[in-house]
Amino acid sequence: MSKDTKDKARAIKEDYKYGFHSPEEFVYKAEKGLNEEIVRSISRIKNEPEWMRDYRLKSYQTFLEKPMPKWGDQKMLSQIKFENIFYYLRPTDKQKKDWSDVPEYIKDTFDKLGIPEAEQKFLGGVTAQYESEVVYHSMRDDLTKKGILFTDMDSGLREYPEVVKKYFGTIIPYTDNKFAALNSAVWSGGSFIYVPPDTQVIIPLQAYFRINAKNMGQFERTLIIADKGSSVHYIEGCTAPVYSSDSLHSAVVELIALENAKIRYTTIQNWSNNVFNLVTKRAAAYKNAKVEWVDGNIGSKLTMKYPAIYLMDEHAHGEVLSIAYAGKGQHQDAGAKMVHAAPNTTSKITSKSISKDGGQNTYRGLVKITKNSKNCKSNVRCDALMLDMNSRSDTYPHMEVEESEGVKVNHEATVSKVDEEMLFYLNSRGISEDDAVSMIINGFIEPFTKQLPMEYAVELNRLIQLEMEGAIG
Amino acid sequence: MSDKENKKTILEISNLHAEYINPQNTTEKIPILHGINISIKEGEIHAIMGPNGSGKSTLSSVIMGHPHYKVTKGEINFFNKNTNKLENIVDMPAFERARIGLFLSFQYPAAVPGLPVSQFLRNALKTLRNEEISVKEFRKEMNDSMDFLKMDNEFAKRYLNEGFSGGEKKRMEILQMTLIKPALAVLDEIDSGLDIDALKIVSDGINSLIDGKRSFLLITHYKRLLDYVKAENIHVLAGGKIIKQGGFELVDILESKGYDEIVKEAQ
Repeated sequence: MSKDTKDKARAIKEDYKYGFHSPEEFVYKAEKGLNEEIVRSISRIKNEPEWMRDYRLKSYQTFLEKPMPKWGDQKMLSQIKFENIFYYLRPTDKQKKDWSDVPEYIKDTFDKLGIPEAEQKFLGGVTAQYESEVVYHSMRDDLTKKGILFTDMDSGLREYPEVVKKYFGTIIPYTDNKFAALNSAVWSGGSFIYVPPDTQVIIPLQAYFRINAKNMGQFERTLIIADKGSSVHYIEGCTAPVYSSDSLHSAVVELIALENAKIRYTTIQNWSNNVFNLVTKRAAAYKNAKVEWVDGNIGSKLTMKYPAIYLMDEHAHGEVLSIAYAGKGQHQDAGAKMVHAAPNTTSKITSKSISKDGGQNTYRGLVKITKNSKNCKSNVRCDALMLDMNSRSDTYPHMEVEESEGVKVNHEATVSKVDEEMLFYLNSRGISEDDAVSMIINGFIEPFTKQLPMEYAVELNRLIQLEMEGAIG
Repeated sequence: MSDKENKKTILEISNLHAEYINPQNTTEKIPILHGINISIKEGEIHAIMGPNGSGKSTLSSVIMGHPHYKVTKGEINFFNKNTNKLENIVDMPAFERARIGLFLSFQYPAAVPGLPVSQFLRNALKTLRNEEISVKEFRKEMNDSMDFLKMDNEFAKRYLNEGFSGGEKKRMEILQMTLIKPALAVLDEIDSGLDIDALKIVSDGINSLIDGKRSFLLITHYKRLLDYVKAENIHVLAGGKIIKQGGFELVDILESKGYDEIVKEAQ
């Protein structure tokens, strides 16, 4: 890296590239805090069917009743002030199909994030969510003609009520946990995707989530159904401004891969370090189906997220491939959950974490093989890279194996630091210390980056390089 | 031989003392080199031979600037191709030593998982040559060198040294050397663990760079590498000191008498 690029990189890093914010403008903003009336008004503004309003109200009650998680980072969790959060903010009246119709200040934001550009280059469809609502949505005509449905979740509920009603909340019931209940009560935005039988969506569909307002809560809800023999790749990216007070992002994502279907769900989460990111993600994979969560956690203050796959029928396959980066003041509590509920199902979990400047990474995983699920195979691998002695990495790999016949469950974990011999070797070929460290780290996360579309891989490597500058010596 | 007299000095090691610092416990220091003197002029091929534990690998690590070794006395002067001057490099970080023309082939090169060979090589060459190299140009250059060293071009896609056999690692080192074309290449036991065919290929790689300008310092235990690469200056290292210096004839003496005998004679 030349000196010039380095200076630039440093300038960007000093205040987190996406940390800017735009003036707050909105057509509706609910008062601070949460009560039943706010839940009702969200439903009313959205003009929802009764069943959804009732679902929200039940969920709200459950949210009140459910305790906070008793595990995880208790100190950080106790800092969440539910009463200080704004639960619903509608920035604009209508969703636009053309970027030029999106309000200028919002368009500026997404321009800075490179979204319209990315869309033109390599995406099949895009939704951009700003605060609580999707402000922009478009999909390529050829995909629409194939019968692929891709809308924001609110439009999905309006336009395809039977499909939504059939699947909504079936994979993650509102009773699942406190944050799933909260999302079910106040959800807004997110994506709804349905891919018809034997239809392949070759180019990725993307959603972009942006929190702009202070103390904002974002609660998008995503439901993806891949019908028999179909396939789809969905990518989401997230950023927010840097504020001194905390914001809350609590999404619920449900995936359904029917027989022979394939879903890949990629997340690059780069929230600013004042965002609590508490997300429930779960998939059901039916006969011979394949589900992959590719999950990158770079930002946020505290992330708690354990993408799950329920392998429901024979020969279903699940994969979670994740990287987490925890720097100063960050705790990435992430992992994976695989439930082998049928014989001959297979799964693979690969988790890579990098801790630096006192950052903390936790891998929390569960592999469950239910009774009579014969001949299941699961492979878990966790690699942690520690860049200094102040940082921390913990691994909690739980196994619940109720069947033994033909079952193979492997778990392997490593903790390492940047190896001095590797550094010296690269240095001896003229590569500077900083560049050598980022080459080693990029190598460490290579199994992850090689699964990303090229543009994302380049961006991710660059991001990591910025984070790593001056990491050694 | 006035021509030889006029040749400039590439490496001048004088009264070099160095110790190993245990990275786990930095107060633990082990002195290994006790006053080494070696002078290499451009175009010369030198060999350092010596028994196990004599300090051969330490010397090569110290020349390259390994952080676990500390020079306690003496100087390493190296001809800086950028400033055209002989400079003491003792305090220079390893990556700068590489940039002024020094190369070390490792006895045990580190593996870097996830770093593809081609990416590594292109980055190294860009830095060392201080210029952009187009992907196309680079590929051609790399593939030509690989063909010469009878390496499958698929090597480029593998991760650097990861899962490489001993012989593959040595070839990888020579591949780098032939691409980098350093002013001085220090080759630390490049012949160890090679069968005859591989030794021949590695030697061909070294010989292909010999042009009367570039210099080599071969560090080896055995004579057999010197059957392929003609070194004119032999240094015998034992107990952290050069105990004997001479021409190629010294190799045969070593071979017939063995190290023990020579060491005893020197005492």
